[in-house]
Amino acid sequence: MEILLEGEGELLGWHDPDENRKWVLENKSRHLHDKRMGVKEAVGKFVRDGDYVACGGFGHIRTPMALIYEIIRQGRRNLAMAGKTAVHDIDILIGAGCVTRVEVAYAFGHELRGLSPAGRRAVETGQCKVVAEISNAGYQWRFLAGMMGVPFIPSRNMMGTDTLKKSCCKVVKDPWSGKPICLIPAAYPDVAMLHVHRCDMYGNAQIDGILVEDFELARAARRVLITTEEIVDNEVIRNEPYRTAIPFFLVDAVCEVPYGTHPAEMPYLYFYDEEHIGEWLELSKTPEGTKQYFDKYVFGVEDFQEYLELVGGVRKLNYLKRVERFQEPMRAPWLEKK
Amino acid sequence: MAHQATEYNPRELQACVASRMLEDKKSVFVGTGLPMIASMLAQRTHAPGLLIIFEAGGMGPQSPVLPISVGDSRTFYRAVAASSMHDAMSVTQAGYLDYGFLGAAQMDMYGNINTTVIGDWERPKVRFPGSGGANDLGSLCHRTIIIMGQDKRRFMEKVDFVTTPGYLDGPGARERAGLPEGSGPYRVITQLGVYSFDEETKRMKLLAVHPGVTIEDVKENSSFEIIIPEEVGTTKPPTEEELRLLHEIDPAGMSIGK
Repeated sequence: MEILLEGEGELLGWHDPDENRKWVLENKSRHLHDKRMGVKEAVGKFVRDGDYVACGGFGHIRTPMALIYEIIRQGRRNLAMAGKTAVHDIDILIGAGCVTRVEVAYAFGHELRGLSPAGRRAVETGQCKVVAEISNAGYQWRFLAGMMGVPFIPSRNMMGTDTLKKSCCKVVKDPWSGKPICLIPAAYPDVAMLHVHRCDMYGNAQIDGILVEDFELARAARRVLITTEEIVDNEVIRNEPYRTAIPFFLVDAVCEVPYGTHPAEMPYLYFYDEEHIGEWLELSKTPEGTKQYFDKYVFGVEDFQEYLELVGGVRKLNYLKRVERFQEPMRAPWLEKK
Repeated sequence: MAHQATEYNPRELQACVASRMLEDKKSVFVGTGLPMIASMLAQRTHAPGLLIIFEAGGMGPQSPVLPISVGDSRTFYRAVAASSMHDAMSVTQAGYLDYGFLGAAQMDMYGNINTTVIGDWERPKVRFPGSGGANDLGSLCHRTIIIMGQDKRRFMEKVDFVTTPGYLDGPGARERAGLPEGSGPYRVITQLGVYSFDEETKRMKLLAVHPGVTIEDVKENSSFEIIIPEEVGTTKPPTEEELRLLHEIDPAGMSIGK
C-alpha cells in the first residue's frame, strides 16, 4: 500500500498484535474468581509510574473518581493519559501532577462550564505535554482496533487537517476504491479504569445508559479496574446476560464504591455536583488553590467514604439524586458568572 | 401570526436562526453549546421529527432540559437508543447524518475550523480542548452548520491550526484528501449574519444580515474578504414563542444567558 501521509504525533500504547496476544496469554486469567478489593489495593497493584492510562465514561460522566483520587494519594507520576474526551478526570490528574503526557481528542475543557484552568496552565507552561492530536471517533477506533487484535482500523475522518498531521495515523491509498483512506493504529492502554452501575465479584459488569466507548476500551486495555455502585450476586448477571457490557475475563479488580463517580454524573442515579466542580474550577485558577483543593479533598481524607461526608454527605447526595430525576433544579456557582 | 420579540440577546438570535435551518424528518449530529439548544428548539417548533444524534451514543432523545455535556443522561432521555460512540460515529461515516452542527473558535474563508491552539502547536499561547467530535462531524456529515462569534480575530485569513476540515484550500480539496464526496460546510451563523459557501470557489459568501446589521459591519469584522452578492437578505428576529421555548429548554441560562 502506498503511504500518502504520515502523522507526526507520538504513537502511545501500540503493540504488535502478536506481542499483545502473547501478553494476554501469559497475563490474563480465564479463571472465574473473586476479584474484590479496595481502591487502595487496586491502584497499588495495577497502576505504575509511567503507565498509559484511560478512564471509562465521558470525562465528567461515569468517571472513576475514587480510583483517580487514590492515584493522586499514592503519588503516581509521569502517567500518559488518553484524552478520549477527558474532562474532570484529566483536569484533576494533571492538576495533581500525575499526568505529564496526553494524546488529545478532547481535554482542557469542561464543555458548557468553560475551559480548565489547571489543565491549560499545565500545557501552556510545558508542565504537561500534548504528544499527539486525534478526534473522538479516532480515539474510539484506536480502542476498536486494539479490541479486535488488528494493527489498525481504516476510517474517513481527519484527512486534510492538522489534526491528522499531529496524530499517530497514516493515510494510504485504499486498494479497493483507489481513494485516500486514514489508518488509525490500535491502542492498548496499560490500565483502563471504569465506573459501572453494577458488577459481580468476578467482574461481570453492567452499565445503564450509553456505553460511550467502554465496551471497546475494556477489551483493548491490558489491565481493567472496575469501581461499581454495587456488587451484585452472580445470579443477577446470569438472569440477564444480555446486559453485561464487560465480562469477567477482561477484569482485574472489582471495587465497590457507591457514589464512586462524584462529582461527575452517574446516569439514572445522581447528577453532577456542580457546586463541587465549581469549587474546583475556582480553586484551580492558581497553583496555591489547586494545592488547597488536594490537601482538603484527597490528602485530608482517609478514603472515598470520608470524602463523601466532606462534600456534603447524605443530604448532598440525596439532592443530586433529585436533580438527576428532574425533581429539583441544579445549583451551579459557575452559572452565576455567565 | 407569530409575534416578533423586540428585545433579545445575540445568543438567543443565533439559536433561533440556527434552529430554523434544521429540517423536519432529517438527522443532525449535535456538538456542545448553542447547537444543542438550537436543535432542541427546532424539535419543539417546525421540526418535531428531527432526529438528534449525540456522539457518545444518545440517539433520538426528547430531553426536557438542555444537557451540560454531549454525553450526559439528558442526551438519551426518552431516546430511541442509548448506544455507543462507535455506533454514533459509524452511522455518520456510513451516511445517515444529514447535518452536523458545530461551534468554533476560529475559522477561515473556506470554513476550516480551529479549536486546538492559538500560536504554535508545540508551545501554544492558548490551548483549546482540541477536536472532540468536531473533526468527525465536519468530515463525515453531509452538510455542516457552524455557529460562532464573529470578529477579526475569529474570521481569520489563515487559522493557526486546522482542527476540523472545511473546504481545505478550495474546490475539490476535500475529495482529493479522501473525505466523503459532496460533504462540507453549508452555513455559518454569527451574531452579525448568515453565510453560505460559493458553489464555484467554495469561499464564504454573505447570505443574510441580522436586523440592524449593515454590510459594512460584516466586512469590518472579518480578516478575510467575504463575497457580498447583489441580493442580501435580512434574518427574522426571534418570536416571543421561540424565546419562551428557549428559556424553557435552558431555564438556568447555561447556553443563552438569563
